[in-house]
Amino acid sequence: MLDHALFWALAVLAAAAGVMVFRFDSMARATYALLTSLLSAGGVVMLLGLDYLGVVILLMMIIEMALMAVFMVMYMMNPAGLMPMSMLHNTKGAAVLCGTLFAALAAGILLAPWPARRGRPPADPTHDLGMSLMGPHMLTMMTLGMALFATIVGTVVLATRRGRYDRFGDDLTARRPDDPLPGGGRR
Amino acid sequence: MTLETLLLLAAALFSTGLFGALTQQSVVMLMMGLELMLGGLIVAAAAVWHHIAPANADGQVLIVLAVTVMAVEMAVGFAVVTALFRAREIDMTDMAAELKE
Repeated sequence: MLDHALFWALAVLAAAAGVMVFRFDSMARATYALLTSLLSAGGVVMLLGLDYLGVVILLMMIIEMALMAVFMVMYMMNPAGLMPMSMLHNTKGAAVLCGTLFAALAAGILLAPWPARRGRPPADPTHDLGMSLMGPHMLTMMTLGMALFATIVGTVVLATRRGRYDRFGDDLTARRPDDPLPGGGRR
Repeated sequence: MTLETLLLLAAALFSTGLFGALTQQSVVMLMMGLELMLGGLIVAAAAVWHHIAPANADGQVLIVLAVTVMAVEMAVGFAVVTALFRAREIDMTDMAAELKE
C-alpha cells in the first residue's frame, strides 16, 4: 500500500518535472527540474527492488546535474533566467511527432499480451548483477570499459585548446591559420 | 505498480525528452532532452526486469548500459560544446548549421 502511494507520487513527480524542464525560463530551474525527474526515476527503480542500481542512479544524477549547472553558467546566455528566454524551433512538428509517438507507445503497452512473470527475484539482485557482469555478460562489461576509455580520450582531444603555435606554425609565420573549421581570425 | 503503469511512465518520459531534443536550440538543453529519454529507458528496463524476468539479470545489465550511455553522452556532448564554443563562440544548434555542408 505504501509502495503504491510512493510509486504514484514518484511517477507523477517524474513526469511533471520532465515536462517542466522545457517550460521553465531559467536554465538553473530547468536543471533542477531534470534532476527531480531523474531522481524520481531512480526512486522508482529502487521501489522495484533494485536498491543498488537505484542508488547508483541517484548519485550519478546528482553529480551529473551539478556538472551540467557548471557548464550552463559557462556557456548559456541566460543561466539565471533574469529575462524570459525562448529558444525553440519546429515546436509544432515536434509536438505532433511526440504526441503520436506517445499514443503509439501507450497503445502498444495497453494492448500487447505481456508474458506472465517467470521466476522469482533473487534474494540479492545486486549479487546476481555482479555475477552476470563478471560471467555471461563479460563482453558487455568489456565493451562499456572500452567505450568509457574512448570517451576519456575523445573528450580530451575535443576540448583541448588549440594555441597560436598549432594554428600558425612553430614560428607563427603561416598566413592562414590551420584550423579544423575554417573562418577563425588572428587572435 | 503494474507493468503497464510503469511502461506508461517510461513512455511519457521518453516522449517528453524527444520533444525537448527536437525543439531546443541550445545544445545544453538538447542534451537534457536526451537524458530524459534515457531516464525513460531506465524505468522501462527496471519494469521489465521486475515484472517479466526477475530471475534473469539481463534487465539489470540493460540499466547499467543505459547509465553508462548517459555518462558518455554528457561527457562527449560537453566536449563538443566546448570545441564549438572555442571555434565559433556559439552554443545553439542552428548557428552550427554549416557543419551540415
